[in-house]
Amino acid sequence: MMTNSASQSTEPLATPSAPAGVARRDFLRYTGAGAALAGLFLAGCDDDTDEVGDAALLDVGTGDTGILNYAYALEQLEAAFYAQIKNGSYYKGLAASSAEKQILDDLSLHEQAHADFFKAALAGNAIKALEPDFSKINFDDRGSVLTNAQAFEDLGVAAYNGAGRFIQSATNLTLAGKIVSVEARHAALIRDLRQYNSFVASDVVDVFTPTSATSAPGVGAGTGKERSKRPQEVLATANQFLKAGSRLSATNFS
Amino acid sequence: MDLLKLISDIEKVDPEVYERLDPRRRVFRHFGLAGKAVTAAVLPGLVSGIFQRAYGQTSALTPEIQGVLNLALSLEYLEFYFYDSGLKAGTLIPATDRPAFETIRNDESGHIKVLREALGSAAIPDPTVGAFDYTGGRGLIAGPFATVFTDYKIFLGVAQSFVDTGVRAYKGGAPVLMPNKDILESALNIHSVEARHSSHVRTVRRAVEGGNPSNGTSVAGNLANLNKIPKSWISGIDNGGASPDTTPSTRPVYDKGNPEATYPAESNTTQAGANIVNAAAGITAAAASEAFDEPLDPTTVKSIARNFVKSTTTLFV
Repeated sequence: MMTNSASQSTEPLATPSAPAGVARRDFLRYTGAGAALAGLFLAGCDDDTDEVGDAALLDVGTGDTGILNYAYALEQLEAAFYAQIKNGSYYKGLAASSAEKQILDDLSLHEQAHADFFKAALAGNAIKALEPDFSKINFDDRGSVLTNAQAFEDLGVAAYNGAGRFIQSATNLTLAGKIVSVEARHAALIRDLRQYNSFVASDVVDVFTPTSATSAPGVGAGTGKERSKRPQEVLATANQFLKAGSRLSATNFS
Repeated sequence: MDLLKLISDIEKVDPEVYERLDPRRRVFRHFGLAGKAVTAAVLPGLVSGIFQRAYGQTSALTPEIQGVLNLALSLEYLEFYFYDSGLKAGTLIPATDRPAFETIRNDESGHIKVLREALGSAAIPDPTVGAFDYTGGRGLIAGPFATVFTDYKIFLGVAQSFVDTGVRAYKGGAPVLMPNKDILESALNIHSVEARHSSHVRTVRRAVEGGNPSNGTSVAGNLANLNKIPKSWISGIDNGGASPDTTPSTRPVYDKGNPEATYPAESNTTQAGANIVNAAAGITAAAASEAFDEPLDPTTVKSIARNFVKSTTTLFV
C-alpha cells in the first residue's frame, strides 16, 4: 500500500458495494478540489482497501512476477487439494484400473507439474509455500471431492483468462495459455464426471442460443465465451481454502 | 493543464465520459504504473494515452490483429459447418450425444459472432458450407474420411483434430493480440471453451471406441492406443492422433510447428527452460506433456485446415 492521504480510507471507493459510477465521479471531483495536480499521488486509488482489517494478507506483487505468483498460488492450492484426495476413503476405494482413478491421478500430476514449474520459474521471487485449509471438504465423499474439484478447475480457468490482460511479456502470456487450456480440459471432464454433457454450462460460459434451429452462424443470443474472473474475485474464493497467514491479495491487478 | 476542467467540458458533450475513461477504474492503474507519483511534467502524455483508450476503440485494428482474428474466424466457420452438418446427418450422432454437439455447434456460432463484431468490415465473408470438404479430399469429396457423416467414429476423429487444431491456433495467436486487451481477453475466453470442447470430444471418443458408448467418463484412456482411446487431454503427440497414416494425416495436429523453439510438438516436456519431468514426484514424460498444451503457428494451422476446404476457396491460403 502506498502512502496516501488519510482521507482515502473514508472514500466511497473503499466499499466494494458502493455504486461505482457515483464513487468514481465523486473521486474525480474530490481530487480536483483538494489537490494540485503537480505531485499528486494517485497510487492510493488502487482498489486495495479491502484488505483493511486483515493485515496478514500476502500480496502477490507487481508486474509479471506478481501474475506468475498469483498463478503459482492457485496451482499450489490445486496441487495440495489433489494430494489430499489420496488420503481419503473415496480415492482409496477406487479400482486400480478405473477411469476415475486415472483421472484423479492425472490431475494430481498435472497440478503438481504446474506448481513445480512456477516455483522453478519464479525462483527467488516466488511467494512462500502456502498452507491450505481444506477442513470444509470431506475427502471421504465422492460428491464433496468432485464438487470442489470442479470449483477449483473452473476457478483456475476463469482466473487465467481474467489475468491475461495484465501480463506484459508474450512469453509469459503463452505459458499461461499452455496451462489454462489444460485446466479447461480438467474442468470439462470433472463436470462430465458429475453430470454428463455439462462440460460447458451457463455458470461458466455465456452460452450461445441460435435464433432458430436453421439460423446462420453468428445469429443468436450470447457469445460462447468463458467468463473471466479478476484476481480480487478469485482470491476471495481461494482465500477460503487457505490458512491465516497464507491468504492472498493482488492489489496491483484490478 | 487542468485535467478536471477538461473532463468537465467533455462531459457536456459526452455524458458517458467517465465510463469511457474508466470502465473498471483501470484508468488510475495507468497512473499507478507510471511510477506512482504523477507530476505535471508527465501528465500530458498520460492524459493523451488515457483519452486514446477512451475514444480510440473505433480505430482500425492492425493488419496483424486482423490476420489472427480472421484465421480464428475461418477455423470457427470450419468447425461450425462441420458440427452443423453432423447434426443434420440423420442418425449419425446418437441421442445421448446430440445435446453436446448442439452445445458445441452453438458455441462456435457465438464465437463467429464475437469475431465478426471485433473485425467489423474487415471480417471475411461467410464461406458457407459449400466451401468445405470434410472428407479431407480438398473438393473431391472422396478423401480418407469419406464416411465422416455416416460413421460416428470417423466423425469423432475428425472433430478431435479440428478442435485440437483450434486450441493450438488460438494459443499461437494470443501474443499478437496483446496491444488490445479487450480483444485479447475475448480470444482467451474462446480459447478455453475450445479446450472444454476438445476434452468432451475426446471423452466421447473414448466411450465409443472403448466400449461404453453411453458415458466416456467411465472409460480409462489407453496409453497403448491413444489413437482411438485418448485421454481428455493430449498425451505426448497422442501417437499421431486419430488417423496418423492417412493423407491428410492427423499427425501435424500434434506435431511441431515453425519455428520449433516457439511451437514445439505436444510431446514437449520443457517449459521456459525448466524440465517438467520429475521421476521422484511421479511426473513422467507423458504427464509432463499432458500438463501443458502447445501453441501452433498460423502457417502450420492453415496447412492442416487447408485439407478440409475445396481447393477453389481462398480460405486458409
